[in-house]
Amino acid sequence: MMTLTDDQRMLQESVRPFMAEEGAIKKQLRHWRDINCKDGFGHGLWKQFAELGLTGILIPEGQGGAGLGQVEAGIVLEEIGRNLTPSPFLTTAVAAVRALEGSAQADRWYPGIVSGDVVFALAIDEGRSHNPLATSCLAQRSGNGFSLSGAKQFVVHGASADVILVAARTAGLAGEIEGLTLFAVERDARGLGIENVALADSSKAARLALDNVEVDADAVIGEVDGGWAPLARAVNAGRAGASSELIGVATGASELTFDYLRQRKQFGRLIGEFQALQHRAAHLYGEIEIARAAALKSAQLLDANDPRAELMTSVAKAKASRTAALAVQEGVQMHGGIGMTDEHDIGFYMKREAVLSELFGGPRFHATLVAELSGY
Amino acid sequence: MAEIDDFRAETRSWLEANCPPEMRTPMRSEKDACWGGRKFEFQSDAQKQWLDAMASRGWTVPDWPREYGGGGLSAAESKVLKEEMATLSCRPPLTSFGISMLGPALLQYGTEEQKGRFLPEIARGEIRWCQGYSEPGAGSDLAGLQTKAEDKGDHYLVNGQKVWTSYADQADWIFCLVRTSTESKHGGISFLLFDMESPGVSTKPILLISGYSPFCETFFDDVQVPKDQLVGEVNKGWDVAKYLLGHEREMISGMGLGGEKQALGKALGGVDDPFLRAEVAAFDVDAIAFAAMSERFIDQLKAGEAHPAMPSMMKYAGTELNKRRHELIIAAGGSDTLEWDSDRSKGGKVARDWLRSKANSIEGGTSEIQLGIVAKHILRLPGA
Repeated sequence: MMTLTDDQRMLQESVRPFMAEEGAIKKQLRHWRDINCKDGFGHGLWKQFAELGLTGILIPEGQGGAGLGQVEAGIVLEEIGRNLTPSPFLTTAVAAVRALEGSAQADRWYPGIVSGDVVFALAIDEGRSHNPLATSCLAQRSGNGFSLSGAKQFVVHGASADVILVAARTAGLAGEIEGLTLFAVERDARGLGIENVALADSSKAARLALDNVEVDADAVIGEVDGGWAPLARAVNAGRAGASSELIGVATGASELTFDYLRQRKQFGRLIGEFQALQHRAAHLYGEIEIARAAALKSAQLLDANDPRAELMTSVAKAKASRTAALAVQEGVQMHGGIGMTDEHDIGFYMKREAVLSELFGGPRFHATLVAELSGY
Repeated sequence: MAEIDDFRAETRSWLEANCPPEMRTPMRSEKDACWGGRKFEFQSDAQKQWLDAMASRGWTVPDWPREYGGGGLSAAESKVLKEEMATLSCRPPLTSFGISMLGPALLQYGTEEQKGRFLPEIARGEIRWCQGYSEPGAGSDLAGLQTKAEDKGDHYLVNGQKVWTSYADQADWIFCLVRTSTESKHGGISFLLFDMESPGVSTKPILLISGYSPFCETFFDDVQVPKDQLVGEVNKGWDVAKYLLGHEREMISGMGLGGEKQALGKALGGVDDPFLRAEVAAFDVDAIAFAAMSERFIDQLKAGEAHPAMPSMMKYAGTELNKRRHELIIAAGGSDTLEWDSDRSKGGKVARDWLRSKANSIEGGTSEIQLGIVAKHILRLPGA
């Protein structure tokens, strides 16, 4: 059934006012930006997430978490997107938790994630566009462990993370599934250069320079050469989660815009009376509902370990990106001049959309995957 | 949970035993559909056998009450039946406006006598219905209709003209909007049912750009309609009409994917041109997302969570998608698809279907009308 269960609705009803209050733009995004915070998010809020059980949302109950699924994580991410709340929820509580699932590293790091003390980042992009199979960062055997060399970019929260999950090649060539290995690299590892970069949306991502970074053999997550399994789990969860967050962004931007159409007067009339704007607003509304359905479907399929999940996740990410782009572009345009000012929030939505759209692959990347997975 | 699993297993074995193999192949065209009715000629014994088997269980209308010929299934059971039919590639046993449009309106607004009289024959496919809504002067502005029904004591006397009456020439009965009062525009409309063989009813097919004639002009010249064939109260027919339009839009929105299980790029057998491939992939993203929306919408409807104006959004999105699909099929097929009457092209099927699809965003209320409804009722924009 593609309606929310009673428990899911209760989660939504508790997270919604919390995020609108504690995660509000003025209190978080704008505040951290204005004081030029090096993390781009507040650790206090991350602790509050932990108190509400959100940081361990995907961690099994037996390991101290809430034992919930991708659908529930999506409910949280939609509210995060709606309020542009900066936090490491997507990278840490969703993608990293999925990557660590069932590994020895899970026992080591899950308690810190549950308590809100540990932040994870994912170092999987090397070029300007997401394409994890193209990983060429090298991991060579060295002593009891490995030595990692290469460069990474768009490592969201990379400079704030306690642990960075690094995809590297122990064998094979760029483009191949075999030969990838996923490593948990702690931030103080010798040889790890971290450049903290502010992005357009005031979030922080890092560029990493790995110069013979030495890690133990137990830093490997899953199997050597078999890193695609944990990496795919992380990437699919990240893509589905980013889709939900994008739908939140689209929803938040459209709510601001529809309100503006109901209040702004020109030519002695409310501008929402103009049919040229009404039809565009109605079209946007429909696109958001459709994108929300696609994201819900992808989350449900992921939770059910359904083989169609990969295709649906790419559909969801492509659709959510396109839809959120439409929402923010229409949002700024329909706000007119005020929409171009830093004082108004609508511009923040536009900037966040651009970053989230790129994160875990843009709409063209995912449309291509949809074609390939569909057999053409 | 266990009960529904049992139901699924029973349903599957029953379908396997009762759905003839010929009815488990894809439909080649609208003509393969079983429409039922007095004038319908079954295309095969299998088609009739399949209809009778399904009708005997009430599964032509699985979620209608049993007393009216339905299956009495719950929302969850109906969904399982639909899923199992899709898995086994069973064709719909019966396609009819009685099922998709009139039935739901009668269940909501009909008298007990009307429900008992009309619903079972719809469920069994015995009577084929057509819809008398649009008129030459009342298209998007449907409530401006002028066909008049005068109260003559024991009957109404109907005079006027309808247009775009789908399959009127093949239908047995019509559900028809008529004007019973000129005092108020919306408040002077009534909803009548009558036999197309009544004296004074005539039809004339309209030739469309596709070369098909699915629609007719329908004329009423002193047609007498018994008063017990009025649905709902006199002058309150607009409520019934709107309710029914919601169901019509649901049906049309479901055409967005044309029942295709496959991605368009796959159905086309691959696309070499990189620009076209990108367009097709973008289409498939939208189409698969819309399929998820259709599933969600039906679940929301059954759970009573759907906004009453949601069918308008679905109709708009589904029909625009279907038009895009046909544009891409033509683009991929090139000049092969422009042949109009060769055997090679099966009589220009692809081109004719492409042209037919253009009506999707006009019939049942244009895309612009749907957007206006969403703006007014969901977004609550001023003056909409």
